[in-house]
Amino acid sequence: MAGTGSAHLRDSDDVVLRVQDLVVEFPTARGTVHAVSGISLDVRAGETLGLVGESGCGKSTTGRAIMQLPPPTSGQVIFEGRDLTMLSGEQLREVRTRLQFIFQDPISSLNPRRKVKDIVAEPLRIWNRGTEAERKQRVAEVLDAVGLDPDVASEKRPHQFSGGQCQRISIARSLVMEPSVVICDEPVSALDVSVQAQILNLLEDMKERYGLTLIFIAHDLAVVKNISDRVAVMYLGKVCEVAPPDTLYAAPAHPYTAALLRSIPVPDPTVPPAATGLLKGDLPSPLDPPTGCRFRTRCPHAQERCALEEPTMREVAGGQYVACHFPLHGEVAPPSSTPVTVSGVAG
Amino acid sequence: MARRERRILTADQSEAPLLVVEDLATRFRTPNGLVRAVDGVSLTLERGRTLGVVGESGSGKTVLSRSIMGLLTSREVEHSGSVRYRGKELLGAKPAEMRELWGTEMAMVFQDPMTSLNPVMKIGRQITEGLRYHHNLSKADARDQALELLKSVGIPDPVRRLDQYPHELSGGMRQRVTIAIALACGPHLLFADEPTTALDVTVQAQILNLLKEQQEERHMAMVLVTHDLGVVAQHADEIAVMYAGQIVERASTRTLFENVRMPYTEALLKSIPKLDEPSHTRLQVIGGRPPDLINPPAGCRFAPRCPYAQERCLTEQPPLVEAETPGHEYRCWFPVGTAKGAEALERNLAEGDAAAVAAVTGDSTAAERVTAAATTNDDQGGQA
Repeated sequence: MAGTGSAHLRDSDDVVLRVQDLVVEFPTARGTVHAVSGISLDVRAGETLGLVGESGCGKSTTGRAIMQLPPPTSGQVIFEGRDLTMLSGEQLREVRTRLQFIFQDPISSLNPRRKVKDIVAEPLRIWNRGTEAERKQRVAEVLDAVGLDPDVASEKRPHQFSGGQCQRISIARSLVMEPSVVICDEPVSALDVSVQAQILNLLEDMKERYGLTLIFIAHDLAVVKNISDRVAVMYLGKVCEVAPPDTLYAAPAHPYTAALLRSIPVPDPTVPPAATGLLKGDLPSPLDPPTGCRFRTRCPHAQERCALEEPTMREVAGGQYVACHFPLHGEVAPPSSTPVTVSGVAG
Repeated sequence: MARRERRILTADQSEAPLLVVEDLATRFRTPNGLVRAVDGVSLTLERGRTLGVVGESGSGKTVLSRSIMGLLTSREVEHSGSVRYRGKELLGAKPAEMRELWGTEMAMVFQDPMTSLNPVMKIGRQITEGLRYHHNLSKADARDQALELLKSVGIPDPVRRLDQYPHELSGGMRQRVTIAIALACGPHLLFADEPTTALDVTVQAQILNLLKEQQEERHMAMVLVTHDLGVVAQHADEIAVMYAGQIVERASTRTLFENVRMPYTEALLKSIPKLDEPSHTRLQVIGGRPPDLINPPAGCRFAPRCPYAQERCLTEQPPLVEAETPGHEYRCWFPVGTAKGAEALERNLAEGDAAAVAAVTGDSTAAERVTAAATTNDDQGGQA
């Protein structure tokens, strides 16, 4: 994995957000952390792109780099035809009204000292949208849309709500400016399963009602499968595989995707827990990622070529793209004429 | 030490179950009133068996395991009922007596391996501490044993690890170390409280397999506390589902998944997204939230959120009754999978009851109406 390349990007008019060769590096005292190393992604209007991977794979960093929080080290983020990495602070602020973010922890992402109506109305106030009465109307409308009773909720403060309700408030706040793309970073990870289902259903409803495009970042593969139209699996700062969810889960092509799927405990006692094919060891350090394919150090199929040459994205089945020389199905990658040797350089 | 240990366990009958808990209640005194965190829990556990305790946050699953182990000793905590370990009553045992049992008889693996390890003490010393105290081993012998333990929990390069500090290890490695510490003095009962919640799924699979392997090898009993039904489905022999401080359903793992009786268990199972369902499958949802444990509802504690709930459920608390399968118990007046239950659900749907609508259609707004109703009740009770 650890693949670069952009074969999976689509060349169509309805792509609202395109990320190309995104690199995010953090200088530290011990060296450079290669958090995200040359990934490319795109999302079509009305689509939900699931970004899945384990901690340290760079999925949250990717989401934040799209928002320019902080701006990436290199690469392009093209949203509605403009490259966000080239914009000034003022222009970015304007763009962010249509590119919103929902955070993992619903309680700490709301200001505890403010009333719900002020939290939700703040973006409108900052941008001076409408009159006071129109703003009030709009806030009531989005609160109602996320299932909260505006008359009851408006005057309360976040601590008077449960975690699930706070996540509803966060969603209302992100919707109030009528964004076209919403990036959700682990929006249900802090919630109990019964509440998680409510929020997932709510996101689907909001997507339908407001014609949203979502980027849904999560570590839970079942959750990502449920909500996504397309899933990108990440490992150590690279994209390994991109496919429609049903294809990805039925026939993973990348050895990492397969190992990840096998690790998930199934709520069915007749299925024995996987004892073989589980990953061994830990994630290599992003300070010094492996050469070639970044997954090779833990990959059961790794060969010499994997250390020398970084795999690039290619299609192995309809809509299924994989960055692997020896995928689980599909053909072995043809030898590359210009071998890329060190992943750091590739990034 | 060894002498005292023998005296404590003279009542040991090898035939008796390892652990018998009867009507255990744990309450916390708070400025707002008495919180009934665990309220009348009974269970038995035999050697070599794994009991999965499942529940959402606030269900009392962690307080239950800590109460059994005697870890809640603050003056603000009240216990009642009985916890018998190998025939000996543990509730009310002196701290010194408990200290002899911790490590040698029962041990616990906690959720967060970073906070349960001492950050300024080398790994080796944290493992040998118990060995030196309980088994009176010399420094060198204890170190040898620690090395063996690290090997058995699958830590590569164990010699070097002994002299490292916790921050030098990854999360998965740290959890292996806490397991090694828990196993060091050969306990017969192991509590694993959300042992994999802080870990990634690939590491979770490794740790769960390690626990299973060690449990079988040492013929230990294990209490696996988790919120993840997937984890217990594949790793527990028996499951107790907790809700608002009580066990609401208990059965062998297979029976529970095949023959659910308690509406709460059914709702939990149906609200988790499953990998074998197609993408965009509408999830069934549970509206509302768990009740206030200071003033729990008079009737069934799940009634305000239950799609099957009838008048009776709001006023009369259902007892734990046995289902057709021996050992399968549940608390419900209108159980799932019975004519009574089906009728109750149909009636609620016909009346447009919010909890029933939410459960059947996955309507998130209906679910929120249930939550809002619960919030209003809280307000009236004065503790929102």
